[in-house]
Amino acid sequence: MPATSLAAIRHELTRPRRAAAPLGTAAGTRAALAALIVLGVIAIVGPYLWHYRPTAQLDIVALKSTAPSWNHPLGTDRFSRDVLARVLFGTRISLAIAILAVLVSATVGTTYGVVAGYAGGWIDAVLMRLIDALLSVPRVLLLIAVLALWNPVPLWGLILLIGLTGWFGVARQVRAQALAVRDRDFATAARALGAPPWLVAWRHVLPNVLSPVIIATTLAVGDVIVLEAGLSFLGIGAREPMPSLGTMFQDAVAQSVTAWWAVFSPGIVIVVIVMAFNTLGDALRDALDPRQLPGHAMHEHPEPVDA
Amino acid sequence: MPEPLLSIENLRTWFHGPAGTARAVDGVSLAINPGETVGLVGESGCGKSVTALSILRLVRPPGRIEAGSRILFEGRDLLALSEREMRAVRGNRIAMVFQEPMTALNPVFTVGDQVAEVARIHAGASRRDAWTQAVAMLDRVGIPAPDERARDYPHQLSGGMRQRVMIAMALMMRPALLIADEPTTALDVTIQAQILELLAELQRESGTSVLLITHDLGVVAEQVSRVVVMYGGEVVEQAPVAEIFARPQHPYTQGLLAAMPALGDTRERLQTIPGTVPAPTAWPAGCRFHDRCSLAWERCGAEHPGIHAISDVHASRCHLAVEPQRRAAATTT
Repeated sequence: MPATSLAAIRHELTRPRRAAAPLGTAAGTRAALAALIVLGVIAIVGPYLWHYRPTAQLDIVALKSTAPSWNHPLGTDRFSRDVLARVLFGTRISLAIAILAVLVSATVGTTYGVVAGYAGGWIDAVLMRLIDALLSVPRVLLLIAVLALWNPVPLWGLILLIGLTGWFGVARQVRAQALAVRDRDFATAARALGAPPWLVAWRHVLPNVLSPVIIATTLAVGDVIVLEAGLSFLGIGAREPMPSLGTMFQDAVAQSVTAWWAVFSPGIVIVVIVMAFNTLGDALRDALDPRQLPGHAMHEHPEPVDA
Repeated sequence: MPEPLLSIENLRTWFHGPAGTARAVDGVSLAINPGETVGLVGESGCGKSVTALSILRLVRPPGRIEAGSRILFEGRDLLALSEREMRAVRGNRIAMVFQEPMTALNPVFTVGDQVAEVARIHAGASRRDAWTQAVAMLDRVGIPAPDERARDYPHQLSGGMRQRVMIAMALMMRPALLIADEPTTALDVTIQAQILELLAELQRESGTSVLLITHDLGVVAEQVSRVVVMYGGEVVEQAPVAEIFARPQHPYTQGLLAAMPALGDTRERLQTIPGTVPAPTAWPAGCRFHDRCSLAWERCGAEHPGIHAISDVHASRCHLAVEPQRRAAATTT
């Protein structure tokens, strides 16, 4: 027994560690990328490929909550609307909200973090205490409160609200990276060559803090899809009759036993989107390990040109 | 005697930390003449690099250049310039080459881009002009196929090549003064010689003054005309290079020279200086070197020595300069 456990330990210690796989080699990552490409195509061209309009009430009597059939592959909902048409359009709306909101978060958070980390001193202290304060307010409660007052909310308003409540974590991460990068040799060298502060921040700090932003942003898309679905489910997100995946879900959940297809389809799409973005985010985390700054990896590269 | 290009007077750069004030540079005075190469020598932690960063005013808080310090360059006090005026000096009139070519280049831009950036900052050159100048400059620092190498990223180049790129960036605007902070320490020995030869050659061509910071006295012997030795944030000795090697006056300089291997050396072990550099938060009272000095006596622990002229060109911060009989007494016993 001790011999075997020793052997096991030795094996554990000497087995080759899984090197950070280049992106897209792991099967899961490839599946996630494929799913996102398909969903992206659906979101962009899907609504043009299916002849029913997502808001058309086809026949409120004959086509109310009909099961999947040739004419309506995903069935119809309780207002006799074609579920496939609504899913195609809803995917577009939900993905658009999520991606645009996350871009807003990433932009604001990165700018804020670079400014705080690069400036340092009391500016940094003030900006970070402000983040602490903002983080102490639960995001969902804040959104519910604002959306209850701003009702009905236009799509751009929803995007801005979700985006502007989602950047605190990114700002913190970026600030920590910027703090480290601004004192690295190449930043000092740039200052020694006369580069003004904005140029050092823009060219030398910003590009070297983007890895965690890319990872956090990818992971955040999944979160925002769920958040938007939740808000819509509460009736304060995207408004009827515009189909986001969340509104469809909310609309159909009461009939989920008798007309399961109207709940099932948007539910599946939400799950696939969230899983795909999370898998991709994890793969990016492996590929762009934020603890390993780009400058430190260079010793592992061959050095083809000699002095 | 020509007007010096750079004249540092009583430079004090202190770091005000929670654990006390670190007097990293504490009253340094030195001058560099046009076209001259001065070696700034000393152990790690003696204040060499902080002196260099102070000249460019790149000391970061909590570090601060204390009032009363003066850095005269081309007739202006750099410490009185606005930050904007100072930026026009950095990289333009005074440039700096850093120790670590591995980390002093930004990994996300091509080297040509980074060399070109200097011309864009200072000459307002267009993107295309700056690129052309960058390629020409890379050629001048001996990089083969410069138009191809300019499109390489730093990780694609060897350490020696990267240091050449750093030199190209520093010399782009033909500065009057080049500060080279341990420019060869991170490189292989064979590459070191090439880089030093390159620096010497470029200096002969352009007449740039060089402040060469190093702890390597071998480098000093070959490259510089005058040596400034630092210890404990102060200048302890300065003299022309031949004079330093032939007649070192300060026991610290003597210790550094004794610690250096020589060709045909028959010593079994190289000599070392006992102890380490004291912490800059608590320099010893009296002479800062006295507790490591084999010649020290009571006066050294009690009284901080001033700079004593040994000759027109040679000065030493040691009480032995006024009590030379002490040296003889110590060597006979």
